[in-house]
Amino acid sequence: MATLQTRATARIMMSPAVILLFLWMIVPLVMTLYFSFLRYNLLMPGTEEFIGFLNYQYFLTDPAFFTALGNTLVLVGGTLLITVIGGILLALVLDQPFFGQGIVRLLVIAPFFVMPTVSALVWKNMLMHPVNGLFAWIARLFGFQPIDWFAQLPMFSIILIVAWQWLPFATLILLTALQSLDGEQKEAAEMDGAGAISRFIYLVLPHLSRAITVVILIQTIFLLSVFAEILVTTNGGPGIQTTNIPYLIYMQALLQFDVGGASAGGIVAVVLANIVAFFLIRLIGKNLER
Amino acid sequence: MGSITLEKVSKSFGTTSVIPEIDLEINDGEFVVFVGPSGCGKSTLLRMIAGLEDLSGGRIIIDGKDMSSEAPAKRGLSMVFQSYALYPHMTVYGNIAFPLKMDGQEKSAIDKKVKDAAHILNLTNYLDRRPGQLSGGQRQRVAIGRAIVRQPKAFLFDEPLSNLDAALRGNMRLEISDLHHQLKTTMIYVTHDQVEAMTMADKIVVLNAGRIEQVGSPMELYRSPKNVFVAGFIGSPRMNLIEGAEAAKHNVTTLGVRPEHIRISTTEGAWKGKVGVTEHLGSDTFIHTQVDGIGQVTVRTDGDFDTKHGQPIFLTPDPARLHRFGADGQVI
Repeated sequence: MATLQTRATARIMMSPAVILLFLWMIVPLVMTLYFSFLRYNLLMPGTEEFIGFLNYQYFLTDPAFFTALGNTLVLVGGTLLITVIGGILLALVLDQPFFGQGIVRLLVIAPFFVMPTVSALVWKNMLMHPVNGLFAWIARLFGFQPIDWFAQLPMFSIILIVAWQWLPFATLILLTALQSLDGEQKEAAEMDGAGAISRFIYLVLPHLSRAITVVILIQTIFLLSVFAEILVTTNGGPGIQTTNIPYLIYMQALLQFDVGGASAGGIVAVVLANIVAFFLIRLIGKNLER
Repeated sequence: MGSITLEKVSKSFGTTSVIPEIDLEINDGEFVVFVGPSGCGKSTLLRMIAGLEDLSGGRIIIDGKDMSSEAPAKRGLSMVFQSYALYPHMTVYGNIAFPLKMDGQEKSAIDKKVKDAAHILNLTNYLDRRPGQLSGGQRQRVAIGRAIVRQPKAFLFDEPLSNLDAALRGNMRLEISDLHHQLKTTMIYVTHDQVEAMTMADKIVVLNAGRIEQVGSPMELYRSPKNVFVAGFIGSPRMNLIEGAEAAKHNVTTLGVRPEHIRISTTEGAWKGKVGVTEHLGSDTFIHTQVDGIGQVTVRTDGDFDTKHGQPIFLTPDPARLHRFGADGQVI
């Protein structure tokens, strides 16, 4: 009896928080769904009416949509590639004992604490600026023509900035995984005649596979919605070369004032994110089960 | 082919000296056990022979060649670790095949050697499993399998049985001894358990604080320990080490007598005491007695001897089997 009562009490006590969280999730979702079926343009107030799937039709047949979809995938894939490979290398370095280890580790983690808008501005104005930037200065030092990053390599520049922000996260997770590798296993491999590279391939990499999976899963969730870096640096340009799905939705809603179209885009983005998540989990979820 | 010679080998971490200086000769095919209390440097010594720990001084000669600064893999030794150190993501087959694969041997040759090793160790049915799916004893055998496929000059065991339960430990002790008779390869075995040392070794090396206290066959160490430390360490239950007035009567600082070399009687004897705790093992009985003027004395007697707590008792040590130690702890 007592346990039943405690359980009921627990449910009642917990319910305000659960209900609040549920509303927090469901109200925006339902409203977005609702708006996505309306003609709802802020420039034409009073003309809202139900138009069925027209918003979806417009959004999905917009040539910019497929470019944006491709850009999103390139941005996610590129950043993952850099952060995972870079993260493994950095973790391997940080795992070695050296003087000032604590401070170096702190420095490596620091970029994660910088706001995306701030870091994007720093990269844009202090590092990648074709006239005043550090990279341009270095290029001139060696007598090269400075690169105008956001004009010549806009997507790569964005990937670089985002990767810089996420590298600490990957490094941190991979470093902790690396530190949990049994020292005797390494010694056993050493006695078995495995050199440093073999040890990395046969021992370290399999040991890290689970952590790598976690890094890929978590980063993908966040990287699908990269927005601030694009807004601050390229504004989706030149043309629509760096417009990803979130930025496209932003353009619909706040530059064209088409709330209905943006809502439809939002729902499409939710569906796409779920498709990506589905394949991701199917693809690498096996790693987590082991 | 597996003689190992240590010449003036020493090890220090920073300013702390762990092993002052050791000379030791290990003959081909011998089963040598390093035994000592924890922290005596026995594992460090083994790791130095393996090449996992650098020498601070001296030389290690394996089969006549100076291997002091060779890489571990080049020394031709294999090691079984306390935690087994199996590769968790590889199958049993993969684990055993790993050293051969690293050696760059052919697939068919590897396959044959792995199957042979698995046959010797009764692992044939488990080759597809991962270490996580095996019991402690099976993991232990996989670790040994990984060591034997390389056909090393010598095996090094670092407390391999300490993670097993008592029954399994007994079994594995027999299996390892059996393996030694089959392979006739040199084995160096580190343990803190003197029972393992006594039962398995051809030669025991007793270590204390990085120094070799005594080297000899198990019975040599049992019969004539060179000093108080070895006397107290080898043999179970421990030798009674008696100091004070009783020792002075024999003109020694410490008088040692093993529990099995004391005659016990309820009526007459040299020492009078009281029965304390009695441990019945069935075949034997250990009686811990409190002897007047001497202190605690442990006696081993046959299983049927019946006593009560607090009962007066008489003990007579066998005069031919007394061990006499001087002020420096060495035997006189």
